[in-house]
Amino acid sequence: MEAGTQAALEARQLVKRYGEREALKGIDFAAHPGELVAIIGPNGAGKTTLLSILAGTVKPDAGDVSSLDGDVGWVPQQAALYRRLTVEENLLLFARLEKHEDPRGAVEEMLELTELRERRAETVAKLSGGNQQRINIAIGLLARPVVLLLDEPSVGLDPRQRARLWEFVSGLAERGTTVIFSTHDIQEAERYGQRLLVLADGERLFDGSSDALREAVRGETPEAAGRDFETAFVAFLQHRGH
Amino acid sequence: MRWLLLKDLQILRRSPLQAVLLIAYPILIALLIGFAISREPGKPRVAFLNEIPAGARVAGGNGKLPAVGVDNRICKQVECVDVADRAQAEAKVREGDVLAALILPSDLIDRLNSLSTLAPETPEVDVIVNEEDPLKARVVDDRITALLAQANLFIAKQIAKEGGRYLNLVVDGGHFEVLGQPVEILGLRAVASILQSLRPAVPGSQRAELDRVIRFATLARDNLDVTAPLIDRLAQPIVVHKQSVSAPTPPLEIFAIAVAATLTLTFVTLLLVAGSLALEREENTFSRLTGGLLSRTGLLVEKIGLGVVVGLAVTLLMLGGVQLFVALEWSRVGLWLAAILAGGAALAAAGAALGAAARDVRAVSLLAFMIALPVALLSLVPSGAVGSGLYDGIKVVTALFPFKPTLQAMTAALDSAGEGIGGPLLHLAILIVAYGALARFALRRFATV
Repeated sequence: MEAGTQAALEARQLVKRYGEREALKGIDFAAHPGELVAIIGPNGAGKTTLLSILAGTVKPDAGDVSSLDGDVGWVPQQAALYRRLTVEENLLLFARLEKHEDPRGAVEEMLELTELRERRAETVAKLSGGNQQRINIAIGLLARPVVLLLDEPSVGLDPRQRARLWEFVSGLAERGTTVIFSTHDIQEAERYGQRLLVLADGERLFDGSSDALREAVRGETPEAAGRDFETAFVAFLQHRGH
Repeated sequence: MRWLLLKDLQILRRSPLQAVLLIAYPILIALLIGFAISREPGKPRVAFLNEIPAGARVAGGNGKLPAVGVDNRICKQVECVDVADRAQAEAKVREGDVLAALILPSDLIDRLNSLSTLAPETPEVDVIVNEEDPLKARVVDDRITALLAQANLFIAKQIAKEGGRYLNLVVDGGHFEVLGQPVEILGLRAVASILQSLRPAVPGSQRAELDRVIRFATLARDNLDVTAPLIDRLAQPIVVHKQSVSAPTPPLEIFAIAVAATLTLTFVTLLLVAGSLALEREENTFSRLTGGLLSRTGLLVEKIGLGVVVGLAVTLLMLGGVQLFVALEWSRVGLWLAAILAGGAALAAAGAALGAAARDVRAVSLLAFMIALPVALLSLVPSGAVGSGLYDGIKVVTALFPFKPTLQAMTAALDSAGEGIGGPLLHLAILIVAYGALARFALRRFATV
């Protein structure tokens, strides 16, 4: 992102410990308006911990987080919805809890955005995983956040549902929302992430575009850099002892 | 917070089984308690065979005591099932048609009469029982023992009454029938009076002897008067004088209603709050709610509020059902509400602590049930029923859980003559704070477990 633009979200020297284990070891990170940032890394890298701290649901042991105007939308990995309530009731409940000025108007807006107007009266339990995830994200958008945090949003979705989800998320970024998502799917990160933040064992290993990462690999293991992005990424980690 | 409460009620409404249970449970409890306390205790069915010859009576002196109506007296205490012979009586007991068989043998009166002879025999009645399980054996023993104690007491009183009548005859005089012929008994009172009137006509040398006879007659008359009530007391020499060192106990039906109301409140509130809090984790909504929408303390207060609202409604529904059978003092409804609200809040706080500790709804429901049921049973153990050390332990355990203070508060609220409600309410207030703090502490690690 161009220098000089004010960051929508900024984290400084984040540290988080769970007992003896250090999940985050002094992470610095910033995201700018309209950016789509993918956080990738092996299991236990600290992706969910970082997102949880950015969302404010987990407190760091050290460091701090600031956002442009304080509004950060949080979409947990598994759909955080009441399955016995309808789509509309879920949206209305969270709009009211967000103290939205016009909760019913916000519900209509989200139904339009998620293209689920026809299914508003259905209980969430009857929706497919993809549609549940769309409602899950819509709830994260109810407060009109400048930053939306998504923890592995495409887990459990079939290819068609994934495509629709990323179309929806990309549209949000185009409209100026900063979207930060974690994923295990490296191809997905390359395709949709304008910027990649690579974590391993709580440390930041890389922060830049997918092309920049491939370039870094080319200098270290040229044979891996010429192959698919996932192979290049694995080589990148292996070269750094992960 | 009200929107969250509304959401919980909406979810409750969407769970037909849960909603039906919440309504059906108090109605069922109310019906059971209502039927149990509004009806006389059932009489046990006993096969009864009276082999005593018609007209046989217990002898009293030269006469016979009046008929005591054995059949009627026994059949007032139990439901008598007439049988033709011993074989039929035994068959009915073996088949479980009756609890026991009671047989009055033909020689019972002769044996009773032999008690006043030089060759006394022991009067016996025959009892046939089927002690197929220890509980039934205990019930049969208790019933038969009580029945025989009553029969013995009645016969003893009849004998004492007859003895007293004869004594009065000796003192006051009257008529007595021997072999169908009336015989006049002069009586000590008349003897003394006659001798006194004859005294002036008796020569002086013999007056001293006559005075001795008059003195004996007078002394015997005066002292035998005192003996009559003594003979009467012989039938039941010891009477019970009961003194209670505790506050007046509530009537049994009030206590039964209080137990039923507390059980209802306990299970509904505890399970609902624990389950509802665990559901927030199952639905993954806890992080979203506490990520800026609501504080953890706010969520806790909402869940406790949910338990109190539903517990209040269900308990009042149950009390309304009981009202169909037993008249309740609705003028004390303010105290009922205080007891239900305080008890409900303490139980809801305990439910929240459990809900925050368990991993899912099923686990927490099972945990709540496993804790609530034994604690409720322990709370009903009276002092003296177990050893003092064990009872002290029970007192500590039951004081740590809100069931017993809720029961005490409900009993005080329902019983106008009972103890005050202040103590139990204070106890509940302490438990609300303690369990609230425990639940709040458990919520700190709720999202990450």
